Formats: sequence, structure tokens, C-alpha cells
Amino acid sequence: MDDALKDRLDAERRDGQQPEERAADIAREQTSGIAQLAPDSALTRRPRISPINQRRWRNFKANRRGYWSLWIFGILFFIALFAEFIANDRPILVEYKGEFYYPVFVDYPEEVFGGFLPTTDYRDPVNLEEINANGWMIWPPIRYSYDTKNLEPPTPAPSPPFWTLSKEERCAGYPQGVADPGCVIGNMNWLGTDDQVRDVLARVIYGFRISVLFGLILTAGSAVIGVTAGAVQGYFGGLVDLFFQRFIEIWSSIPVLYLLLIIAAILPPGFWVLLGIMMLFSWVAFVGVVRAEFLRARNFEYVNAARALGVGDWTIMFRHVLPNAMVATLTFLPFILSGSITTLTALDFLGLGLPPGSPSLGELLAQGKNNLQAPWLGFSGFLVLALMLSLLVFIGEAVRDAFDPRKSFN
Amino acid sequence: MTSTPIKKVGEASALLSVENLSVAFSQSGKTVLAVDDVSFSIAKGETLALVGESGSGKSVSALSILKLLPYPAASHPGGAVYFEGENLIDDDERDLMKVRGNRISMIFQEPMSSLNPLHTIEKQVGEVLKLHRGFSDKAARERTLELLAKVGIRNAEERLGAYPHQLSGGQRQRVMIAMALANDPDLLIADEPTTALDVTVQAQILELLKALQAERGMAMLFITHDLGIVRRIADRVCVMYRGKIVEEGPTRALFDDPRHEYTRHLLAAEPKGRPPAANVNSPVVMEARDVKVWFPIKTGLLRRTTSHVKAVDGIDLTLRAGQTVGVVGESGSGKTTLGLALSRMISSTGEISFDGERIDTRSFKAMKPLRRKMQIVFQDPYGSLSPRMSIADIIAEGLSIHERGLSAEARDKRVVDVLAEVGLDPAARFRFPHEFSGGQRQRIAIARAMVLNPRFVMLDEPTSALDMSVQAQVVDLLRDLQKRHDLAYLFISHDLKVVRALANEVVVMRNGQVVERAPAEEIFERPRTDYTKALMAAAFDIKAAPTGVVSE
Repeated sequence: MDDALKDRLDAERRDGQQPEERAADIAREQTSGIAQLAPDSALTRRPRISPINQRRWRNFKANRRGYWSLWIFGILFFIALFAEFIANDRPILVEYKGEFYYPVFVDYPEEVFGGFLPTTDYRDPVNLEEINANGWMIWPPIRYSYDTKNLEPPTPAPSPPFWTLSKEERCAGYPQGVADPGCVIGNMNWLGTDDQVRDVLARVIYGFRISVLFGLILTAGSAVIGVTAGAVQGYFGGLVDLFFQRFIEIWSSIPVLYLLLIIAAILPPGFWVLLGIMMLFSWVAFVGVVRAEFLRARNFEYVNAARALGVGDWTIMFRHVLPNAMVATLTFLPFILSGSITTLTALDFLGLGLPPGSPSLGELLAQGKNNLQAPWLGFSGFLVLALMLSLLVFIGEAVRDAFDPRKSFN
Repeated sequence: MTSTPIKKVGEASALLSVENLSVAFSQSGKTVLAVDDVSFSIAKGETLALVGESGSGKSVSALSILKLLPYPAASHPGGAVYFEGENLIDDDERDLMKVRGNRISMIFQEPMSSLNPLHTIEKQVGEVLKLHRGFSDKAARERTLELLAKVGIRNAEERLGAYPHQLSGGQRQRVMIAMALANDPDLLIADEPTTALDVTVQAQILELLKALQAERGMAMLFITHDLGIVRRIADRVCVMYRGKIVEEGPTRALFDDPRHEYTRHLLAAEPKGRPPAANVNSPVVMEARDVKVWFPIKTGLLRRTTSHVKAVDGIDLTLRAGQTVGVVGESGSGKTTLGLALSRMISSTGEISFDGERIDTRSFKAMKPLRRKMQIVFQDPYGSLSPRMSIADIIAEGLSIHERGLSAEARDKRVVDVLAEVGLDPAARFRFPHEFSGGQRQRIAIARAMVLNPRFVMLDEPTSALDMSVQAQVVDLLRDLQKRHDLAYLFISHDLKVVRALANEVVVMRNGQVVERAPAEEIFERPRTDYTKALMAAAFDIKAAPTGVVSE
């Protein structure tokens, strides 16, 4: 045991009457007109969720609009994550001749069900009849995937939502009309079909999922890169800052659209390639804000205090400065998120985005533009985008409130 | 004790009478009464001091006289402010604008932020004249010159084109006063006009205000927390406590015979006591020889170093365990820089040894293991605690670096112990800094330093951001801790009262050099140099020194 500690223990033993003195001291302070803190709850143990996070959650909930948006968005996103069980052109579960099959997870060759093709088309009337004769199957509520063509459309493509048509019209595409076993609710196109007779609702669900995932990954990735870059520049300043800033100026003046065109000609376009290219440039948006916050905060007294304690640079950056710089970043985050979704949509709209055939809201909008006689295309795309972006912005606002330390004074 | 006799409206002697004034602030449905049924009056040519600690409502009362509060968040549930028989509370903005800056003018606390940094002095002072008097440019310029000369700005002609940042704090406050006096107001409201200034400058400004007041016969409402100033400047005093005036009376009577308990508490609150006797045989903790901190001035295209700002210029210091060296001086004298150099927060030249080991040759990285033994307590308890960390995390941070082996429980135990030691309720350790008052925050900052059992603590004006009564408590606490743990303090302050209560040896600094150095009793009893004498006079008697001895 070192001497200092021993001294201290001795001192504490000596001062047996200390608690009373301290109490008197506290009492004096409490009666002397100095602003007070009267602990209303005794926090004797460290709570599982730290009080600051509890308070953040309370603040978040206090923003009713954001709180409800989170629920709605959460439910929608959760459903969309399991899109294969909601909208698919193969059944979830098949019982055929006493055995169970899981077509959502496994590609069964058609010979399993008495055919000869390498994969089974469960929408084929012959297969349907065969399976239903020797067992049963559970279909998702929508019997189309994003790329499934409706081979029995009620009208030439694009065909309108089924609820705008009479019962006879709806089943006009099926050989036996209204009596056809294929003319069931699961085969109806709730939002009509696009010009390639694909179900719009199925495409919207998959498109929503891919857009949100793209946005989230892009935002998270660029936030990590951008915040780190901004933090390093702001905290160290000097030459690091000078050179990094010049680099960013050059970097951000590269025309992204041309680059996308060039790269699309070399690499096969796809989700990850697009994400990678976008991320190369989108992190720059964070740097300015974070750098400014760090430049301001690095001379704060509590940063000096941490230095005086011997805390390392990186710990200071991420434990002391970053949480206080985060509000500015978080104010930015929902806009980056909705911005990246909008960018993806715009690229798809122009045909530079995801490969053809992918479920994409931008492509839906482009179809709406090309088929003005089919307003359900444009409306569906617009409403889904508007709903998604509004929810995200509302949630972002509530997150910002939650991280605002001054909110606790209410 | 709100039974102040209420002056009748338009009573001959009262220039301004505030009657039963209340101010409420409402925020998100909650209403807080900041000023509660306050009455006072000021006669022509009289100085009334409004005294109280932060949060007592003294500034709010003063601001509501001119209705300068953030309405409608602020409101007046009741009361009236009669200025020459006219109720200002009922007046609309247009009527008030005729009074503001004209009949009643105001000086604020922060001379830096109350002057517009983008306007020259001439423009700022001239604006008031043009606005209320319709002066022409030329007339305004002449009057501005006259005013600047009156408030004691030398070479006023050259100063006309200066911007606020080119002036010192004292000069800026003089400009503020010139602006306030421009239209010969009947009443001057001074809201802590000297709090942000050095003691020496404070004395000068107070002297100036007193002289100007006598010359012009204007009334003055002086708001302050410093009883020393009150005693020196005020005719009558109102003591405010939690939004109420608890005692009112002529200055002398109030100081000689305080009746309300709170007034007695305030009067008793000045830092008292003396440090324990110095023991010349106790081990040397820190020794510094010829410490220099020179900041290069680079000029020209090639950024060649042409000269240096000598912030600290060759200082020797010896610090023994259980003893305090006080470093005093005006702002800019290099005292904080010296402290930072000694604790190796900035680079310096010259030999520094800690516990007999040379530390000036160590890199900043190599200093890390030693940091636990040398701690710093900063001036501003509002700035030095990370607002996003709980008290427990703030205090435990040092432990997690320097005592890695400690289990979570053991660490928590240390935090609880140290909080109790500095007089805070350990149950509050999961709260955040903003939930504590200034004094409590400074205790937290002290706890953060103490939890590592340091041997040397640099105290950088630890009391200057605090209310007087809290200052005394913090000083008591520091002295207590020193005795218990045999700490060596480097106590940096411009406040000689606090230094006197703590320091065994005092080093007086000016322009980076030592002006005088002596054991505390000796320097306080028999200061030798004029500079030290001026500092003493300013601190203890609030008397200004003859021109030239101190900066302005």
C-alpha cells in the first residue's frame, strides 16, 4: 500500500465525527441561498440504463410525433424485412404426399412435384392442381414477388388496382373467368401492375426495404468515416487540418454522377457497388460540422481537465468531445438518411441505379412518368416515398430532442 | 422583511420608486417567481446597492425597471415602477425607448460582449447621441471626445477609431460608461460592472463612477454580490435573497448591525482564517529553476520568428508538501501560464523537478504516469466538467486510467468516499453537472483531483467564479484537504483575500516576472514594491493606485 493511501485511511479513521460536520456543511449550503440540489430519489446503485439514457428516452418520448413515427416506421420496417413472407410467388409451407416443403427457403426442382423443370413455378396451374390434389399449401397474402409477372392480367399492362374493377373484369384474364380457382384475393393486384405486369404492391414492399437498408447502411457508414475524419481534423488542427481540408475540397469537387456512369460501365451495377461509390463521397457532409464542433471544444476546460488527468487523445476525442459534438451531427443525420434514400431513388429514376428488374421506388416513379394513363403507378411511388421520408425526419427530430441536454430543464 | 415603507407616487425625494414588483418566468407551463413583491426607491444623487448571490433576482429586478427582460416569457404579475411619477411597467415600447439610454442608462457586466465588436468606439458612443439628441456627426464626435476624456481614456482622439478588441477590459468598461453617460441620465443602473475586471481595474472604475456621480448628481442603482464594493460605494443597501428584499438600510447601519440572518451570513461569508504555519523541513514536492514560456511572434512571408511574447520569463519556485504558494497578479501577468508550465501542460524551458525527478525533459506522453500525482482544479466549474458525463464517471475517469486494476465496486467506493470528503451527498453521484450549483460543481472538480491522492495540486483561480459565501466554503475545504493529505498547492489567483486565507508564501507576478516574493505574513503586512501595494489597496480597501503603477 502506498503512503498516500495509508495517510488517507488514517485521516479517515481520525475524523470519526466527520459525517456530522459534513451534514452541517451541507445544511449550511442548503439554507444559504445557493442554488440547490435536493436529491428526490436516492440513487444508491448504478441503474441499469444510465440516467442520461433514461432521460434521453424520456425526452424522445416527449416528442409525441417522433415517438409515434418510430413505432409506425418500426412496424413497417419489420414487416418489410420479412417481405418474403408477405409477398412471394412461392408458398411458405407445402404439404405434398405426407411430406413438408419450405419453398421460401429451399429451391425444389419440379420433379419433386411430378414435373421436369429444374425449379418449380408454384404459380403454374398444373403444379397448383397437382399439389392441391395431394396435399395443401400456405401462401403469403400476396402471391407475387417483386419480379413475378402476372400472366392473367385483367387488362393489358399496366393494369389498374383490382378494387377499381368489377368481379367479372378482375377475373377476365383467367380461362374460367369468375369460377377459375386462380381468381382469388391473393392473386389480385392491390395497387395494380406496372408496365411489365409485375405487382406494384410487392414491388413497393421490396423497394421500401431496399431503400431503407441502403439509406441506413450508407448513413451509418458515412457517419463513421465522416465523424472520424472531422474529429481528427478538428482535434489535432494545424497541418493535419490544413492538408485534410484541401484534400476534401478536391475530393468533393469530383462529379459523382459522371463517376457513377464510368464505374457502371466497368463494374456490374449492384447494391453494394452503388453503396460503395456513394459512400466514397457522402462522408464529406459530416466533416464540416464535426470539425467545427471539435475545433470549438478542444480548448474547453473539461478537455484540459481530462488532459491534466492523463487521458489519451483518442479517449478525449470520443468520450469527452464527441458526445457534446453529437447533437450537431444528429441534427444532420435524419437529413443525410432521407437524402441518401432520395439519391438512390433519383438514380433509379434516371436508370443509373440498381440493376434493371430490382424493386426500386425510383423505377416505379419513372414508370409513373411514362404511363400517365396509369396514375396508380406514380401515386403509389410518391405516397410510399413521402411516408417513408416524413417518418424518418420526424424520428430524427425526436432523436435530436433526446440528445439535447437543455431539454432536462423543462 | 418586506415591510419597506412604500413611497407615495411622485414623492419629492424619490427619483425612482419600485413598488411591490414581481417578476415571473414561465417555461413550458411552469411558472417561477424570480422576484417576489420587491419595493425600493432611489432619491436623486443617491447610490442604492442591490446585493445578493447569484439567482437572488437582483439583476432581474434591475432589468425590469427598463423592461429589458425576455417578454413574454417573463411577466409582471404585479407591481409598478415609478420614474418621476410615470409608471414604466405600463408604458409601451415607444415610450420606454425615450427613457432607455436617455434618462435611465445601464452598464452591464461583460464589457467585451456588451460592445459591438464590429463598430468603432466613435460609432458606438455617437449612436446614443444621434439617437436621443439628434446630434450631427460633427457634434457627436466632439461630445464623444469630451466623454471619453471624462471617463479617463487617454489619447481619446486616437482611440476614436479603435475597435473593442483593441482595448483592455478596463478601457472597454470605461467606454461603456461613456455611452451610459452620454445623455446625462438621471439614473445609472450598473449591473455588476466590475465583476469581470481585475481588482486593480475594479478600484479604478469604482472611483470613476463615484466621481462622475458626485459631479453630475445622478442617482445610481448598483448591483453586486461583493460586499466590499457595497461598503465603499453605496449610501443605502437592499439585501436580496430568493427574490425578496430581506433587509434594507443605510450602508453603515446595515454593516454594523445586520438584523436579518441572511445578511449576517453574507457578512460572515468572506474567506477567513490563515494557513497553517509553514514547515521548512517538509519534503520538497516541486522545484523549478528559471522557467520560461516564450511564445514566438512570426512575421513576414517565411514566418520567421522575429520576437517573443514572454509570458513567463525566468521564474524560480519551491513547493513543499503541506504548503501553499500563492501566485498573484493582474490578468495577463502570466500566472496561469506558469501553473500550466509547472504541471507540464504546455512546453517550457528551464528545470522542473517533481519529487526529486526531472520532469521538464519528459515528453507529454511520458508525463502520463505522473499525472495522478499532479492535479489541476480549474477556474470555471461550469466549463471544467464534461456536461455529458455523470458525476461518478467524471470522478472515476482518472481512476480508470491510473488504477486499472480496480474493480467496479472498488472504484465506486472511492468515488463515494471522495464525494463525502468534499462535502457532497454521494447519493447524487449519478447526476449530471448541470444539476449542481457553482459551489457544488467546484467541489466535484476538487473531488476529481483528490480521488487520485495527488501530491501536488494546481488551483487556477478556483474561487473566482463563485459567490462570496461559497468561496469561503471552498477555501475551508481546500485548507482541510491540504491538512489531511499533506498536499502541496500552487494557488493562482488575483483575489488577495482568498490568497491570504490559504498561502504560506506569495509570489507577485507582473509581465511574466516576479515582482516580489515573500512569506505571506510579511507580504501582506509589509509589501515592499509599489505594484504589490497597489494590488493590496485594490483588494482590501478597493482603492485605486496612482496612474502608471498598474495597468488599466
